[in-house]
Amino acid sequence: MKGRNSDSVLASQAELRVEIGAIESAYQRSGVEETQPRLDYAPYRSSLLRHPTKDLHHVDPEGVELWTPCFGERDVHPLESDLTIQHNGAPIGERTVVTGRIVDGDGRAVRRQLVEIWQANASGRYIHKRDQHPAPIDPNFTGVGRCLTDDDGYYHFTTIKPGPYPWQNHHNAWRPAHIHFSLFGTEFTQRMITQMYFPGDPFSGLDPILQSITDQKARDRLVASYDHDLTTHEWATGYRWDIVLTGSARTPIENPDSGGEHR
Amino acid sequence: MSTMLTATPGQTIGPFFGYALQFDRGNELVPPGSPGAIQLHGVVTDGHGKPVPDALLEIWQADADGVTPKATGSLRRDGWTFTGWGRASTDDEGRYIFSTVLPGATQPDSAPFIMVAVFARGLLNRLFTRAYLPGEQLSGDPLLNSLPAERRHTMVADRDGHGLRFDIKLQGADETVFLRYPGHRP
Repeated sequence: MKGRNSDSVLASQAELRVEIGAIESAYQRSGVEETQPRLDYAPYRSSLLRHPTKDLHHVDPEGVELWTPCFGERDVHPLESDLTIQHNGAPIGERTVVTGRIVDGDGRAVRRQLVEIWQANASGRYIHKRDQHPAPIDPNFTGVGRCLTDDDGYYHFTTIKPGPYPWQNHHNAWRPAHIHFSLFGTEFTQRMITQMYFPGDPFSGLDPILQSITDQKARDRLVASYDHDLTTHEWATGYRWDIVLTGSARTPIENPDSGGEHR
Repeated sequence: MSTMLTATPGQTIGPFFGYALQFDRGNELVPPGSPGAIQLHGVVTDGHGKPVPDALLEIWQADADGVTPKATGSLRRDGWTFTGWGRASTDDEGRYIFSTVLPGATQPDSAPFIMVAVFARGLLNRLFTRAYLPGEQLSGDPLLNSLPAERRHTMVADRDGHGLRFDIKLQGADETVFLRYPGHRP
């Protein structure tokens, strides 16, 4: 079985729970609100040698930093937003619509901008060659999608609800079901990649990647809401997840009638 | 400008992005070997100096005249349009390569740089830095001058036979300077 040889050096979930709990308790005592994941978060073992040890250096954006790459219809075909029609047959799993609105820190819609997603299939397996989890590959599901936001900042994907999967961080470690999101704003300083989770996932509290966000309110911002109005009769379930990017520094020259503000 | 809304948290890119985020000629902002093309390349290393084989880098830059590109088409490159943005994964030795052009200064007397975003398994949120072009113009750069002298070089690319070399050290003695922009909260 995968990972058995290294099990003796892996911490247990109970030990992880203690580590995670101690960090969260210290955070709560600090009284200083955090909104993003910590880069230095030991319960996520892969972060140990990969986080900067020095403070990030503050800088005001200039030049290209005040702008962002532009994407258009030539970059993304509308059908790329439907992950269930990329092969000859229908993928296995719960057909699901995921949609929401992307705004900047001032509440302005991020219009006509690229959104990329990727995810495991319904049984928790990625197509990626390094994923050796012995769960079945679905020949009808790749798990990669793209779209452009519309003029109001909304994205929309049709996909399959991903399954949880085991990983090597600690003994009997399982990632909660999630969809990876890659997002652009109106300035490249807003560029971000994150993960969307599903409500009520039993693995959320056990997962050091999600718990690296020490603040419960902040963690909740990564959890989609089930929305029955998005669920369609005899077809697909629906989840809503809105996204806020960091504030933009560039003075807006928004003209709602002509579009193209993100340029 | 005051920020009213709290930003959605980032998360690590994880290990399995390769099949999803790569696209044809993603790292070729200009075709290799075309007039003016240079290689921007380097190695991403961790706190033990070991290569990071599962990092993703993106660059965003002005063109050779210092003009910020507004053209679409990065994901479907036509070989002629300079979009200013590219994406490259590191290989098993932690190396990345872009084919691009030397950016011009976006304002008179400003020091040209290429903006770099770093994503990796084990990196819980993206990092930003600047790869400055080497040269005399750096002496007047406000950002570089605000850094301790011994850290400035981590943001300056080296000229070599291919173009520019820019190594990224996520952690350690010579750790790359990473940036926080206004609106970025902990």
